[in-house]
Amino acid sequence: MTIEELCERQQKELERQASLRRRIACCTAAGCMSCGADSVRRAVKAEIEARGLANEVEVCGTGCMGLCSRGVLVRTSDDGSLWGQVTAADAAALVSEQPAASAELAARRIDTNAAFFTRQLRIVLANSGVADPERLDDYIATGGYQALAKALSEMTPEEVIAEVRRSGLRGRGGAGYPTALKWELVAKQKSTPKYVICNADEGDPGAFMDRSVLEGDPHRVLEGMAIAGYAVGAQQGFIYVRGEYTLAIQRLQTAIRQAEREQLLGNRIFGDNFQFRIDLRIGAGAFVCGEETALIASIEGKRGQPRQRPPYPPESGLWGQPTLINNVETFANIAPIIRNGGDWFARIGTPTSTGTKVFALAGKIANTGLIEVPMGISLREIVFDIGGGVPGGRFKAAQTGGPSGGCIPAEYLDTPVDYESLAAIGSIMGSGGLIIMDDQSSMVDVARFFMEFCMEESCGKCIPCRAGTVQMHDILSRLLRGEATRLDLEMLERLATLLKETSLCGLGITAPNPVISTLKYFRHEYEALLAGAAQEKCHERQDADH
Amino acid sequence: MSVKTLTIDGRPVTGRAGETIFNVAWDNGIRIPRLCHVGGLTDVGACRLCLVEIEGQNRLAAACLTPVEEGMVVRTQTDRLREHRRLLVELLLAERNHVCSVCVMNGACELQDLAAELGVDHVRLRYLHPKLEVDTSHERFGMDHNRCVLCTRCVRVCDEVEGAHTKDVAGRGTLSRIIHDLDQPWGESDTCTGCGKCVHVCPTGALFTKGKSVMEMIKDRRFLKYIVTARERRQWILQEEK
Repeated sequence: MTIEELCERQQKELERQASLRRRIACCTAAGCMSCGADSVRRAVKAEIEARGLANEVEVCGTGCMGLCSRGVLVRTSDDGSLWGQVTAADAAALVSEQPAASAELAARRIDTNAAFFTRQLRIVLANSGVADPERLDDYIATGGYQALAKALSEMTPEEVIAEVRRSGLRGRGGAGYPTALKWELVAKQKSTPKYVICNADEGDPGAFMDRSVLEGDPHRVLEGMAIAGYAVGAQQGFIYVRGEYTLAIQRLQTAIRQAEREQLLGNRIFGDNFQFRIDLRIGAGAFVCGEETALIASIEGKRGQPRQRPPYPPESGLWGQPTLINNVETFANIAPIIRNGGDWFARIGTPTSTGTKVFALAGKIANTGLIEVPMGISLREIVFDIGGGVPGGRFKAAQTGGPSGGCIPAEYLDTPVDYESLAAIGSIMGSGGLIIMDDQSSMVDVARFFMEFCMEESCGKCIPCRAGTVQMHDILSRLLRGEATRLDLEMLERLATLLKETSLCGLGITAPNPVISTLKYFRHEYEALLAGAAQEKCHERQDADH
Repeated sequence: MSVKTLTIDGRPVTGRAGETIFNVAWDNGIRIPRLCHVGGLTDVGACRLCLVEIEGQNRLAAACLTPVEEGMVVRTQTDRLREHRRLLVELLLAERNHVCSVCVMNGACELQDLAAELGVDHVRLRYLHPKLEVDTSHERFGMDHNRCVLCTRCVRVCDEVEGAHTKDVAGRGTLSRIIHDLDQPWGESDTCTGCGKCVHVCPTGALFTKGKSVMEMIKDRRFLKYIVTARERRQWILQEEK
């Protein structure tokens, strides 16, 4: 495909969509799929055909619409109405002249002027819930692949990196390393071949941001990777996606096939001298393979175990070659940055944390689902405005960053969500998992849950992580059973320091974080669980009476 | 070959470019504790006992994997490091069944030596005492998983020196264990050459020669140095052991 042909295709598809009376978009992300989205889509399609409206009304699947707790979600294009908890029985009403005329369906209309929708800013998720992830033309209609075209035809690799630098984009995998700096490191390496890897081994409990992006807009990730390949001088990309994400894998395979057929990937992209292939590698269910050196070992066909860094992957990565590894969400930000310019992106968010962040809202919160907010928004706005508050309870803490993160108590609700502020209060931005807890939650139990996760996911290579997580989990379990003493609590803290300072990779280094942060803010809950704590209280009372 | 000058524990020392802190320290008589390292095999930095402090760096560095650099200031014996090392050894002792009095390696065991060296007079953690198997299916050798510290020396010597790659690690976390071929009994392995190198590099009594009872087992790993010098210098001589 040439650039002119790309623009033509976009025009044609836009006209086609405009000619329709109504486009019924049915969310077909994994959440809604499990609620029966596929049967809804089929029922609507059958209804359209039965009424002979195939030229006027169209049904399509889309990526995540965000409000997962109300699935199956359906959007009708003529007035942009959003309908929740849709079933196949609603097909007739959805296809009819006035969907709202059906009282039954009208009751399930979702107010799109609610804070959940208006307070969000969608860049990464812009096409999710709008475009059909299985149709290339849908992506092209939204301006897809024009950033790649622009990069190849108008920009040098250095200029692409400079644009990313201007945007201030930082790695969305959690650590927040400046993306442009990483690209530069790979670009300046002399050795070839070089590789680009997309880390889609999302593993934090309760996190589904990357899955939603891959399911909802796979072409965006491919385009971002191709631009990265051009910028750093790589001709081969790999997407390492976890095996549990069957739908994401299927849509990526479809997207890669479509892009290759249209020469948007492969040899001579846009007739330019640039070639870039993307292959999938499927993870076998190890959390540690999200750590970059373990991920590389896994792609090489070895046991997925991390190794000592340095050397870092930009210097010596896949098969010892210079390798760029970025997260799904990072790559999804690239095309908009190239299209709209780095300055546009840098104006969003805060000076040091630019752009937006996707969060997966879960736990004790009214609006469970997927949100995208500008950086710098306060936690309070996320929980109470967008999330709709804590149903039937009081907010106690928010957990960010999964097993590597920490708990944020109520007194820090006004903390702005950016890399530095979250780190300052003992948590991390993380990849975007956000779990809300109410006053019924035991923080020691939360710490134990995450420690159990780390214990089971430790690869077993280094002693502190392999044996230390087991001992920490043991102490936490005994605490919860009321069998632990003050000495155990001291040992818990001692082990936390050991893991943090001596572990080989990020998994072990961050594994004690949930314990450290809950000890910092909820120490009294630990103390109350100590063996003999009740007796001590009793003695205190008796002393007071005496 | 360029020479790097650095300071280890206050002593000025020199090493060749590319040499690790660990080797330079030992060459100069500064003994850094270690368990997964053994001269002649690739280092993996798994035991974390050789961690050292390097001035100007926040994180501790594994001496066996960190090359020396000009002007580096290294400390190998600080209170923090001693405390960490002690707890690491305690973690190992509590992880499986390290009962010295009934072990063939009693008195010649590296884990035992480490515990003595680091002052581990008692273990502050709960013993996990897992019930693990003892594989005695091999004609001449045995493997007691209860005494394994997962240092992977046996895996590396089998792969790098013998070239058989019979051994590897299966499972993860605390459930990791050494396996033979496709997780079959050692005696049924098609690739094992019966060379016994794994037995001699094993730091504990996990790998043993059959017929040896308590305190009879003496390990001889000079072969490793012979092979390495033979490969590197084409000379069949024995260098000093490190």
